[in-house]
Amino acid sequence: MLDKADGQIFTGNVRLVHAVGMHARPAVKLTKLAKKFQAQISVRVAGATEWINAKSVAKIMAMRAAHGSTIEIKASGSDAESAIAALVDLIATDFPDGAS
Amino acid sequence: MQASAAGLAYRGRTASIGFAHGPFVRVDAGTSSERLAGSLVEEALALRKAIDTASGQIAELARTAGGEAAQILEFQVALLEDEDFIEAIFASIGEGDAADVAWRSALDEQIADYNSADDDYLRARSSDLADLRDRVMTILFGGEGQALRIPSGAIVCADDLPPSRFLEIDWSGGGGLALLRGSPTSHVAMLARARGIPMVVQFGTIPGAGAMALLDGEAAMLELDPGAEQVRLFEKRRDTHRKSRASARAILRRPTASWRGERIKLFINIQGVDDLEHADAQYADGIGLMRTEFLLADRSSLPDEEAQLRAYDAVLRWADRRPVTIRTFDAGGDKPVPGFTLNGEANPFLGVRGLRLCLARPEIFATQLRALARAAVRGNLKVMFPMVTSAGELEAGRKLFADVVRDLQADGIAATLPELGIMVEVPAAALAIASFKASFFSIGSNDLAQYVLACDRSNGALAHLMDPLHPAVLELIARTTEHGRRAGIGISLCGDMASDQRCLPALLSCGLRELSVNASALAQIKQAIDRLSSGGGVG
Repeated sequence: MLDKADGQIFTGNVRLVHAVGMHARPAVKLTKLAKKFQAQISVRVAGATEWINAKSVAKIMAMRAAHGSTIEIKASGSDAESAIAALVDLIATDFPDGAS
Repeated sequence: MQASAAGLAYRGRTASIGFAHGPFVRVDAGTSSERLAGSLVEEALALRKAIDTASGQIAELARTAGGEAAQILEFQVALLEDEDFIEAIFASIGEGDAADVAWRSALDEQIADYNSADDDYLRARSSDLADLRDRVMTILFGGEGQALRIPSGAIVCADDLPPSRFLEIDWSGGGGLALLRGSPTSHVAMLARARGIPMVVQFGTIPGAGAMALLDGEAAMLELDPGAEQVRLFEKRRDTHRKSRASARAILRRPTASWRGERIKLFINIQGVDDLEHADAQYADGIGLMRTEFLLADRSSLPDEEAQLRAYDAVLRWADRRPVTIRTFDAGGDKPVPGFTLNGEANPFLGVRGLRLCLARPEIFATQLRALARAAVRGNLKVMFPMVTSAGELEAGRKLFADVVRDLQADGIAATLPELGIMVEVPAAALAIASFKASFFSIGSNDLAQYVLACDRSNGALAHLMDPLHPAVLELIARTTEHGRRAGIGISLCGDMASDQRCLPALLSCGLRELSVNASALAQIKQAIDRLSSGGGVG
């Protein structure tokens, strides 16, 4: 389901440094941030086959990303590039409070 | 019947320290009545309305609660705003499911999924989902999820209580929480601790009923319709607690405690990673006892090596260079675990429990030892075995452990044999302490007292005999400590005695210089040592 009008896909990789992995609070922050963008954004744990909607907290939690795993992000749409930058920053900085 | 002279007393497990004296109120889970399903459109509308109502209620709760509670509730709000998740539920209504059926089955599926997770954090979230499920169900069934009608200052007794129900109760007038099940590591326990609401869990059953109750979070005791003497003793304990609590917190920031010029190391006992969130935990000299049974609770299968490694690793990372003592599975006795412990033992406290059980189930034990051996290369890890009776058991455990380390290393996996110690809780072990070739000893005073006094510690009727300061108990502690000091073997005490300031002078006089306490007691114990050191009495 890529946006055909603006088909360029942006990607990013980031290591999950959060001590207990992708549990509730990081997942909520990630989806909240993803929802601020128009772009279609998908994530997966490096090596997984399936891409997951970054705007679905249920699916992000079900991804069970562990501490130290690498998260791959891809986005397409008008603000895809800034979406990738923002999400990579959020994960790399360990989901700081105040960020959402 | 003891009820006539003095009220009935029940013992549970401390989840939050504090004292409450108030009306006794039982809260039972609402039984759902009938609901008549309408057309597809009506059902979709009913669910949409219920979700919106629930969303509003939770947002309001989060707003008034603030802080940690708001963060916990945020996950529930996020789930209600998750279009992928919600659309799937509406899709099944479109296929003919009633609103309540579609909602319940979607949430139940999530809950089951979380419950089967290896990750403790994920499993803990399942109670949040159950909370959300029940809230929307109540609204669908016309209950509108009104706040529970609880009189101010009440001792609330429930089977278990979800976080949002806790937040709906008005705790401004004090009160306390007594749960038949529940857990000290639950969200509700975190909330109760943050608010200073006393909470005791795992009462099992409370067959008695009463109008008034006393809840002592420190002693983990509930007393129903107390007599005048019970109230007097309760108030005395409460006043002592309040006085020392106020001045104790400032002491934490000071360097280590000392007594008669000797350094006293204060460690903390933890149930799991969540306990490290206690604000005072950072001031501990390390983890004196990490229980691992929590890894066995609430799951359909026993935890695999990776899940265990994650839990141990998280604690080692938190501790940094400080020592972390992890106790291998202490199941059996009053801690049955389906699929692990034996059923039908006539006397489980004297049965196959602790290390006895682990040696009887080497395949389960080996998985834990593998995870521990791998964790040992990552921090300052020590491992101890519980419920050891004879030196042969320690050696059997050590051999298994060494085999596991050799296998891991042969496969190129980083692993090492950590320092190995034992719990001293069987009187025979205390009496024959010199026969154990252990790197350290940790006195488990709860079981030691129970066995040497021949008193079931869960039996409230024996509370007056269950005295940890009985000379026989102190004699065994002193002997063990004396041996440790002479042989240059580290020795600590991790039972409830260590967290009880009344016992402190006796423990220090026995020669103990390392104590492991609950994080919530750390400040008070440090302060009490300080007072004793400067020649004052306790409290």
